[in-house]
Amino acid sequence: MSEFKALDGNAAIAEGMRQINPDVVAAYPITPQTSIVQTFSEFVANGVVDTEFVTVESEHSAMSACVGAAAAGARVMTASSSAGLALMWEILYVAASTRLPIVMTIVNRALSAPINIHCDHSDSMGARDAGWIQLYSEDAQESYENLIQAVRIAEHPDLLLPVMVLHDGFITSHGLERVEVFDDADVRAFIGEYKPKQSLLDLDAPVTYGPLDLTDYYFEHKRQQVEAMRHAPAVIEEVAEEFAKKFGRKYGLFETYRLDDADIAMVVMSSTAGTTKAAVDTLRADGIKAGLLKPRVFRPFPAKEIADALHHVKAIGVMDRAISFGAMENAGPLFLEIAAAMKIYGNDSLIKDFVFGLGGRDILPSEIETAYRTLLQIAETGGIEELVTYLGVRE
Amino acid sequence: MAKGWKDLPIGGMILEAGNSETYNTGAWRAFRPVRDVDECTNCLICWVNCPDSSIKTNDGSMVGFDLFHCKGCGICANVCPRECIEMVEEAQMADVPEPPEEPGRAGGAK
Repeated sequence: MSEFKALDGNAAIAEGMRQINPDVVAAYPITPQTSIVQTFSEFVANGVVDTEFVTVESEHSAMSACVGAAAAGARVMTASSSAGLALMWEILYVAASTRLPIVMTIVNRALSAPINIHCDHSDSMGARDAGWIQLYSEDAQESYENLIQAVRIAEHPDLLLPVMVLHDGFITSHGLERVEVFDDADVRAFIGEYKPKQSLLDLDAPVTYGPLDLTDYYFEHKRQQVEAMRHAPAVIEEVAEEFAKKFGRKYGLFETYRLDDADIAMVVMSSTAGTTKAAVDTLRADGIKAGLLKPRVFRPFPAKEIADALHHVKAIGVMDRAISFGAMENAGPLFLEIAAAMKIYGNDSLIKDFVFGLGGRDILPSEIETAYRTLLQIAETGGIEELVTYLGVRE
Repeated sequence: MAKGWKDLPIGGMILEAGNSETYNTGAWRAFRPVRDVDECTNCLICWVNCPDSSIKTNDGSMVGFDLFHCKGCGICANVCPRECIEMVEEAQMADVPEPPEEPGRAGGAK
């Protein structure tokens, strides 16, 4: 039987990790992720899990230990944030390229400088080309459920790719919510036992991981990674379907809210999607046909599916919680992906970017409503005054 | 012909043990070691120092270079006390076939 508990997002992730009972967790504390591994380390100390908990001197070492353990055939998890994720950079690529199904929770936090511990998506957006799958979560429940599905996605034989599960720092990580926690046995039955095809510890079939890979083979290995990423959407949907049958909630590559007949729509990820739903309801009460699209899977990016889902919308707003400095118009990464997808997949709706919430700056429903009204104006006049606007920045 | 991406093990994994022997690292070589057989005393200091085990011996004698694996680092030429190994640019050696192994004791041991 499942049980409803009062948990914050990080406690929900720690609960999920307890149920998954990974073989190895190697982690280093960093705000606002710390309470995940702190809570989990208590489970280890109390003998609630069988996990080998490796304490390390840095996140670079944490991910390195994860890589070693995963190559040895272990089911491996970790968690980090911001500068911690940045320090893992080199090894993020090693994990993905070596095809090790590590599952890592990232509690999204701004990158320095100036130093800031609050939420934005600049940390994980910077890691978007590292070869990891990224699942963004709106609330604690989604984060917990994404974590459980992430294990199955990562370990799928067609993929063998590491997966990041992301939720918003402090907003989701430290906000107390009502979370349905499933029965331990049901979660364990769903994830199953991990049986790696190869392992460094298999003395009967010795293998080499991470050899020198020069001009004659490296390119082929990168091409293989592309193939795995191509298989990922189907696997993510297959796992989601099985998850829905067992636990009830249905996940896709993205979620839509009142989008079917919408004239204007906002695309926004993670916790702000919840705020935006409230704004949509307010606007709908005023007779404005507003809708929402919330990407869950940012990597691999469901480009065609999103372009198609937004096809009928007259004006699209993208809400970016990160800036891709020096990119086209200094827009955010979500905008750039969607604008490119629309061009390639034949969606000629009008589109504009709203950068918001950097360094944890609050975003109010009223500000989002104003942004929707800007879209309404664009839909009516066909003109975009500013391609990128900064919601909530002081002029 | 090396295998394509569909046929290679994923992630750069190598599934057989000890297969580095089949890897032609000699293809990396820019300079080829050439020995003056008459000057060589078979002291085997080159054999001791070669980082790629590419000095071939037979019964205590230096009998040639393993050019399939020799990367042309030049350490043998550098340590040779009789300076009887010369590093020659591969471009100049394009038409020179790999010398046959010198059987038995050669050079100064005569």
